[in-house]
Amino acid sequence: MSMDNITLTTAIRQSPAVRGMPNISNKITARDVNVYYATKRALKEINLDIEEHRVTALIGPSGCGKSTFLRCLNRMNDTIDICRVEGQIALDGQDIYARVIDTVQLRARVGMVFQKPNPFPKSIYDNIAYGPRIHGLAQRGPEMDEVVRSSLERAGLWGEVKDRLKEPGTGLSGGQQQRLCIARAIAVSPEVILMDEPCSALDPIATAHIEELIDELRTSYTIVIVTHNMQQAARVSQKTAFFHLGEMVECNDTEEIFTNPRDERTQGYITGRYG
Amino acid sequence: MQTTLLLTVIAVLSVVGYLVGRNRAVAIAGGRLSTLHSVPPYHGFYVALWAGVPALILLAGWVSCEGPIIMSLVLGQLPAALIPQDAQALTLLQTDILNLAAGVSTGREPDPAVADAARLYNSFHTLAESCLLALGAALAVTGLILAKRQIRTELRARNRVEATLNVLLILCSLVAILTTVGIVLSLLFEAIQFFTKVPLTDFLFGLHWNPQTAFSGDVSGSFGAVPLFTGTLLITLIAMVVAVPVGLMAAVYMSEYAAPTVRAVVKPVLEILAGIPTVVYGFFAALTMAPAIRDLGNALGLDVSSQSALAAGVVMGIMIIPFVSSLSDDVINAVPQALRDGSYGLGATRSETIREIVLPAALPGIVGAVMLAVSRAIGETMIVAMAAGLAANLTANPFAAVTTVTVQIASTIRGDQEFNSPKTLSVFGLGLVLFVVTLILNVIALRVVHKYREKYD
Repeated sequence: MSMDNITLTTAIRQSPAVRGMPNISNKITARDVNVYYATKRALKEINLDIEEHRVTALIGPSGCGKSTFLRCLNRMNDTIDICRVEGQIALDGQDIYARVIDTVQLRARVGMVFQKPNPFPKSIYDNIAYGPRIHGLAQRGPEMDEVVRSSLERAGLWGEVKDRLKEPGTGLSGGQQQRLCIARAIAVSPEVILMDEPCSALDPIATAHIEELIDELRTSYTIVIVTHNMQQAARVSQKTAFFHLGEMVECNDTEEIFTNPRDERTQGYITGRYG
Repeated sequence: MQTTLLLTVIAVLSVVGYLVGRNRAVAIAGGRLSTLHSVPPYHGFYVALWAGVPALILLAGWVSCEGPIIMSLVLGQLPAALIPQDAQALTLLQTDILNLAAGVSTGREPDPAVADAARLYNSFHTLAESCLLALGAALAVTGLILAKRQIRTELRARNRVEATLNVLLILCSLVAILTTVGIVLSLLFEAIQFFTKVPLTDFLFGLHWNPQTAFSGDVSGSFGAVPLFTGTLLITLIAMVVAVPVGLMAAVYMSEYAAPTVRAVVKPVLEILAGIPTVVYGFFAALTMAPAIRDLGNALGLDVSSQSALAAGVVMGIMIIPFVSSLSDDVINAVPQALRDGSYGLGATRSETIREIVLPAALPGIVGAVMLAVSRAIGETMIVAMAAGLAANLTANPFAAVTTVTVQIASTIRGDQEFNSPKTLSVFGLGLVLFVVTLILNVIALRVVHKYREKYD
């Protein structure tokens, strides 16, 4: 990593947009984003603003591109060889696809929780400690213990696992695994957390748990969540964007979208006519 | 001759049976094939099986019983005075009769009575073969006709053919299993015989291996196998030191770094290494590697013999690389992409992800791969025989000539052997030890691999 890079990131972290007016500033702005898988166009001219300290839900039928868009926000699409991203996505005003941006630092700031809980085949403790360790955020020992404890506490899992931190993370129930993955993401102190259908593999009780958690996390993090479940979008989000066939059809306050959609397609989707 | 003819007849009748059965089924269905319980080809196979299988069973039974029965008939014709009481002499007499019957000279003028017996044997034999041909053909035709008569729409031909196939498959696997059991038992019995001559403790813990000087009277101190075990261990160790890091890193490169096009070329090329005959590796080791190591050692002022454990071990390691890399590549690929995504999503780099997540997750499978490679290395003979020599030195020096268990077995078993000397029998002791060690390694490897599979399915 070059010296330039470090100064730049520091500059981004201290940019005026972050320091002032946290509740109405845009954390992420996407402009004219196109995504291609080989020659197939998966996203068309997406323009979307993600507001800070709010939960933004991305809804839409399967294959509409909402997960693809989510994965653009921390450049997870880079791991797919045939995927190509055009346009501009800015985090705190800095283009994340610019050459000076390092995906390692970007992903430390924009964490991700996946559809299927994917705890590492390590102990619960090591699952959490993994991120802070590779980023050098905490020293082994009491400092790391503290990071692990606070992350698990924020994810609402501490009470359930505090006596068995040495046991494998894969031994937890599905809902606990997903909260472990959220705790793992929190442990590297990200600014944004992306969630790709985090509850689709979980039962209703575990889902309710995660939804409560999302609402609490909103005060500290900006959250973008992809969901198939419209009730869930209505429950947890303040802003909702509706995707259809690779286009962003409509984005508005969640209440507006569900009570008074402007576009016919949105209306059709939320009333269950298709999708 | 007649046997071949009968086999041909059975084959032809089976083909005819298939056609007859199929056509009969089609005729009975009368254009509405759906009324048949089984489709016509199954009826064909059903008839063919009835034509072939009973006749083949008859043939097999006949061939195995014919000789002894005829021999007892022939011996019954001989004057009682000629029949010896001693079992060994009886065997000799039977061999004489068989040789005369086959027209092979026994090297001495035969007793006229024995010559008569041989002629009698031949006539019985001809008669028996003709009977077999007639009976076999009759049985095949009968089977065909009876089976054809059974064909009707509700005949469960499919189930019966499948059941027969099942039996055939069981028989095939029995052949493999029985062969293994037979080899193990013969190994065991001969080894026990060896251990009656040489105490087990002398064999397992003796430090001196020199079977050439062992005479049946004095065997103590000549069959200490420890130098062979240490030699095997040393060479295996060197091979693993070469194969495991190189193979593993090649696997990581192929599964995590290489572009699909590169991987499509590199993986098959690497696997070609596994297809090179070990003899070729052997002379590469003996003619290229060993002199190179000797020259290098001399240049560094070390005393290196022209045959060294190092040369054999290094070349064996190269031979084993594709085992390790190919198997490891498979298990690394089996690690779910979700785990990699989870790691990348936290901002881990590629090497961090491989080191901290992928390799630990794949570790059980990699251990399994290494275990299989170890048992392969222990069993390898050719390279060591050519490059490391025959001297049973008890040493840990990789520049010295050593020998291994397999090489000693190979060099002892050359040419004619006196089968009850301890020297020859020692081979079975060594073989048994080798078998037990590789068996244990394979069992461990398979268990580890199995455990790993359960984890992600």
